[in-house]
Amino acid sequence: MPANPTPEAVAALLPEIAELVVSALNLEIAAGTIDPDAPLFGEGLGLDSIDILELALVISKRYGFQLRSDNEDNIRIFSSLRALTAHIAAQRTK
Amino acid sequence: MTLVPLLGHAGLDEVFAWRPEGPVTVRHFLADAAALAACLPPGRHLLNVCQDRYQFAVGLAAGLLSGRISLQPSSHSPETLRQIHAACPDVCCLCDGDFASGDLPRLDFPALAAVDSEKVAKIPDVPADQPAIQVYTSGSTGQPLPYRKSWGSLVRNARAEASRLNVAGHAIVGTVPAQHMYGFESTVLLALHGNAPFWSDKPFYPQDIVAALATVPQPRLLVSTPFHLAALLESGLELPAVDLLLSATAPLSEELAAAAESRFQAPLIEIYGCTESGQIASRRTTAGRAWELFADVRLAQEGGQTFACGGHVEGRPALADVIEILADGRFLLHGRDADLVNIAGKRTSLAYLNHQIASIAGVRDAAFYLPEEGAAAGITRLCAFAVAPGLEVPALLQALRERIDPIFLPRPLVLVDHLPRNGVGKLPLAALQVLHAAHAGKTHGRR
Repeated sequence: MPANPTPEAVAALLPEIAELVVSALNLEIAAGTIDPDAPLFGEGLGLDSIDILELALVISKRYGFQLRSDNEDNIRIFSSLRALTAHIAAQRTK
Repeated sequence: MTLVPLLGHAGLDEVFAWRPEGPVTVRHFLADAAALAACLPPGRHLLNVCQDRYQFAVGLAAGLLSGRISLQPSSHSPETLRQIHAACPDVCCLCDGDFASGDLPRLDFPALAAVDSEKVAKIPDVPADQPAIQVYTSGSTGQPLPYRKSWGSLVRNARAEASRLNVAGHAIVGTVPAQHMYGFESTVLLALHGNAPFWSDKPFYPQDIVAALATVPQPRLLVSTPFHLAALLESGLELPAVDLLLSATAPLSEELAAAAESRFQAPLIEIYGCTESGQIASRRTTAGRAWELFADVRLAQEGGQTFACGGHVEGRPALADVIEILADGRFLLHGRDADLVNIAGKRTSLAYLNHQIASIAGVRDAAFYLPEEGAAAGITRLCAFAVAPGLEVPALLQALRERIDPIFLPRPLVLVDHLPRNGVGKLPLAALQVLHAAHAGKTHGRR
């Protein structure tokens, strides 16, 4: 497993993941308007479990790793765009 | 008084369930249920929201053994919980993790380690007419209507399904919650009365489903939905051997059914039923469109409606679908009642959603609309139009989130000056279609 990504590496990857979220889920918002620290569930973007599964498929294809709910803290991973980006940066194999 | 056993197993040392730490015997399950029953506060109603399938089953059994009804609403929104609390003030919410139980009296699943399962002498009986669960239908009046099922009818229901599927001895992996009717019948009831132990977790991601399947012994039964099956096939993961696939909750395309059968080298059976009737028919999707009724269940048609009766069905519930009965007794489905909404297996009615949005302070008029889109590509989302001067979209969405399941939150929610109601105050579907088309693509519903 790669080492923990630096905050700079996460910040550099943020726009790409924002774009991926918007395109994978057909959100009617501009990727740049997503607050990286706002929750993705509930009051933030309002994503639900259908979105998470759709997003998980796109992430596994693009970044070459599978999301698991039994060995990872899903609530933490999807707590914000920044948390999701950090997880992808740490787990990606491509 | 007719008595029906709590479990259909022949012996106390048969396997009832599989947990990560290994098999759980009937004996151990009964000891856990008795121990939990002793921890429950007085009352007749249990809202069992346990995510772990085994702990849910222990809660159900503890309730059955102590005369409690398991309440199984289709939504856990704060408004639903308030309604349940008002209707059943003695309710206890049984939780096994983070759950926003609001003001409900709550019992977090206790550690039951001290139980001596050697003291369990026999499988207990439950009166056949004892109310076992209370489910809720999305009534057309806008309020969910409670519907009780007796233990005897649930057991007949489980036996009918088990005999149709011939699943005795299979290990069940379910991707659906234990609380929803389909998951309840095809995982919990099949384990209790179909001799098919379930896996205690509810895998979600494709990788989780693969890992769960690989953990339990063969033969295996995967109880899932078109949504989870499609994701599983699309993941490209290597799939463990499965002997039978089950799908329900949403229409399954013939393409997806054929792809699933081909990848798993196993038959895929679709289940048909509704909340009131329970499961009443099945079909192998790749073998044709006609559904075959479970043993002794009959359909009757009257005034354009179809009713189910006989077999395990209690009473004579109306089915929400347009049904054509074939000469050989099988039947075809021709679409659902236009008022019903089914998104990723969660059901509600437009009437219920319209009632919820209209009761938000500041909303003068509002209507939900389910766009007609290609069913094959992804999940169709609802949209809604609201007349609410002075309210912004985020505030309105927040108020809705309090009342309805997030799956039904509108995307987009569009504020309009007025709704295109006709002379008698009705909102023709055609007018909503025009309104939807006019707003498609230029709205910002999710912020």
